[in-house]
Amino acid sequence: MLQLTHITKSYEGQSLLSDISFTVNQGETVCLLGPSGSGKSTLLRIIAGLESPESGVVAFNGIDITSTPPHTRDFGLVFQDYALFPHLDVFANVAFGLKMKTASSAEIKPRVAVLLEQVGLTEFEHRKVTDLSGGEQQRVALARALAPNPRLLMFDEPLGALDRSLKEDLLNEIRTILHRTNIPAVYVTHDQEEAFAIADRILILHEGKIVCEGSPQDVVANPCSAWAAKFLGLGNVINGSKGEGLKVETVYGVFTVQCGHKHSKGENVHLLVRPREVRNGTNVIKGNVADVLFQKDGFKVTLENGLYVYLESPPKMGEEITVNIEVECLS
Amino acid sequence: MFFAAPRLTRFLLWLIPLTFLGLFFFHPFARILALTFTPAALTDENINLSFDVLLFTLYQAFLSTLLTLALGLPSACLFAKFDFRGKSLLRALTAVPFMLPTVVVAAGFNALLGSRGWLSFLFPLSNFQFVGLPAILIAHVFYNTTIVIRIVGNALSRLDPRIDQAAHTLGANDFRTFWHVTLPLLKPALTASALLVFLFDFTSFGVILLLGGPSFSTLEVEIYIQAVKRLNLSLAALLSLIQLLCTLIFSILYTRIISRNTTQTAPRSVKSNLRKPRTLREKILIASFILLLSSFFLAPLLALPLRSATRLEADRGQRGEVQYGLTADYYTELFVNRRGSIFYVPPIQATLNSLGYATATVFLSLLLGFPAASALAKPTRLEKFLDPLLMLPLGASAVTLGLGFLVTFPRLLALPFIVPLAHTLIALPFVIRTLQPALASIPDRLRHAAAALGASPFQVWKNVDWPILSRATLSAATFAFTISLGEFGAAILLSRPEYPTIPVAIARFLSQPGGLNYGQAMAMATVLLVLTTLGILLIEKLRLPGAGEF
Repeated sequence: MLQLTHITKSYEGQSLLSDISFTVNQGETVCLLGPSGSGKSTLLRIIAGLESPESGVVAFNGIDITSTPPHTRDFGLVFQDYALFPHLDVFANVAFGLKMKTASSAEIKPRVAVLLEQVGLTEFEHRKVTDLSGGEQQRVALARALAPNPRLLMFDEPLGALDRSLKEDLLNEIRTILHRTNIPAVYVTHDQEEAFAIADRILILHEGKIVCEGSPQDVVANPCSAWAAKFLGLGNVINGSKGEGLKVETVYGVFTVQCGHKHSKGENVHLLVRPREVRNGTNVIKGNVADVLFQKDGFKVTLENGLYVYLESPPKMGEEITVNIEVECLS
Repeated sequence: MFFAAPRLTRFLLWLIPLTFLGLFFFHPFARILALTFTPAALTDENINLSFDVLLFTLYQAFLSTLLTLALGLPSACLFAKFDFRGKSLLRALTAVPFMLPTVVVAAGFNALLGSRGWLSFLFPLSNFQFVGLPAILIAHVFYNTTIVIRIVGNALSRLDPRIDQAAHTLGANDFRTFWHVTLPLLKPALTASALLVFLFDFTSFGVILLLGGPSFSTLEVEIYIQAVKRLNLSLAALLSLIQLLCTLIFSILYTRIISRNTTQTAPRSVKSNLRKPRTLREKILIASFILLLSSFFLAPLLALPLRSATRLEADRGQRGEVQYGLTADYYTELFVNRRGSIFYVPPIQATLNSLGYATATVFLSLLLGFPAASALAKPTRLEKFLDPLLMLPLGASAVTLGLGFLVTFPRLLALPFIVPLAHTLIALPFVIRTLQPALASIPDRLRHAAAALGASPFQVWKNVDWPILSRATLSAATFAFTISLGEFGAAILLSRPEYPTIPVAIARFLSQPGGLNYGQAMAMATVLLVLTTLGILLIEKLRLPGAGEF
């Protein structure tokens, strides 16, 4: 299906994307996850044809479409702030893509009705889009992008402007629709919850490069880099120095960690100290309690040395505690 | 400003400007009305002629508007979408004509396209002459394109670029995106600018009289011809009334569109979506359009001063050798009182008259504008009612104002100060609109603080109000000065032969035969061009941020 190879782009001398390659398969939803400025939106615009890469190839079904203009790509795009046509009503917005395909009104009417039903806006046909709420507008935008039966769907932070519960509802709807239609999709977001919920595969972008790739479980289990672990908020990321055997020395103590063979003695390594307490581990952290914060799934306990762990019951302030934890070596 | 009882203060503030307006605007207007509804005015013949004239006025305004949109729309796109070197300069250039006196524009196009102009000199054999209707239309486009550029350009730059992109991803090519998305979204701005342009073209006088000649009579030109040449005041009054009614209708339409447009959801303002031209095709297209635009706006502005310093034909039809080339004769001739000259005084006298009239206009309009603006700075219900009243003279054309004076004060016409009175009426709305925001910007707290510190009312005014107001006052004064200097319609109806103003002198020179007269018209128009440009520059420099434009 969609295949990107060695995509590079810069703006006024600054590199936006460097050497990006990945594929999206039939029915697969790939999520581009990264903070703002990571280049994920630029990448999406290159796929859409709204911008062109400096080098590299965008291909679909084996055909090079790098210089194909956006209106002949047959890709649907859902924008962050919807970009609905303010001068058209809901029906005309959804029908727009069909009209551009020169479909007859006999074909357009039932198709629009089906789509509006899918997104739960059946009664809204002749409402002005400017009178709709944010969630309703995004539903119209989704129906509009789906209407011409695109070969690929793209989402550019589609839920960014919505509140939490609405976000979850819409996320579920999008997932259901993507599953049913089997359309491959590229979904751009900075929100990992959103990414985990919708993605079959996640690509984490950092400063124009893909730093990590895999299923949601994969990237959580193996976050590839110190930056990615920090970005995903997986735990304490600390520096250490490789010692004898499996030993790594840090300011928080000496840990026993299985690192790759490529690390030699004395070399600087990044460690991920997962914040969950484990039954019997080889590694422990020790310290005085500096802060206890109640959260939905436990107490977040911050120690005076800066490390944090989640505990089921709250310790006393100032108390010295010892916690069994898991430590992993980050490349 | 004063600490008297507010009611009395307001009454006193309004007394002078309203008396002036009543005496010199409403009174003449009533006279015109009275003249219209008489059997002498409402004859079949008069009504038929008025109808023909109205039709032609609408026809030329319609064509002019269409052409203005044809140039203005792509220009607006250019300014709203692309970034290129010299952009602000080009934008300023397109705005210059709007502020120029009509006689200067007419003289500029005459120097470019007229039978004694550059084009017929450079291509003598091609019988290719832009006179009459084409010249009028081109001059109107030159005048009003800036309106389309501003209004449509503003709307364009406020459009969210993602709406276009959404259309692209839904399968619309550039043309269909423009047709189905951009154009409908621009419709309110396009209609508003078209109506405004139409209004200006409809009331255009100097350009049509000087470039078209008597055979192209619009309402304005016909009022002048009937009042001055045929002395048929009742027909002139009838035409004036028709003109006023039409202007009123167009203004109401325009205001309604504007208010409807603002209630529509305002598109969010986006970070600049300007870009540099990218592909070669785009670069060539844009470069040639910039070239076209800048030469269209520069050509008449350059043709005029160049022609004023170049001899292209014999001074007065002498036979034999004629010295062609650069000359300062047209300027030196301005100081000579020739026998057989159309004036009894040297032409330079017209410049002195104009300067005198302009100075009188400045004093009069400031005298009337200050109290009115002070009252308007803190509006009550009374001011909300009186404000549009003060702006009314804007809607009446200068020719109509002149006609009003003509029929109301026939005895005063012998006096030279009648022209500044008319000019004050025209300048007053601008003066008030310039002073009012400055006056409103001074919080009472400042005055109270100064008073509490022991300042007398005069000291308060001198130390608090004046330092803030001086800028606005200078700006308002320059406005009044520049307007009076270039005003043509009222002046040509009211000024006596021995007291011509610069525009009137230019018009008379242009209507005379011989290369010398033509050259002097060019020289005087150049003088006026320079004076007005200086005025515009000064106003721009003094402009308060946030002060209105149109």
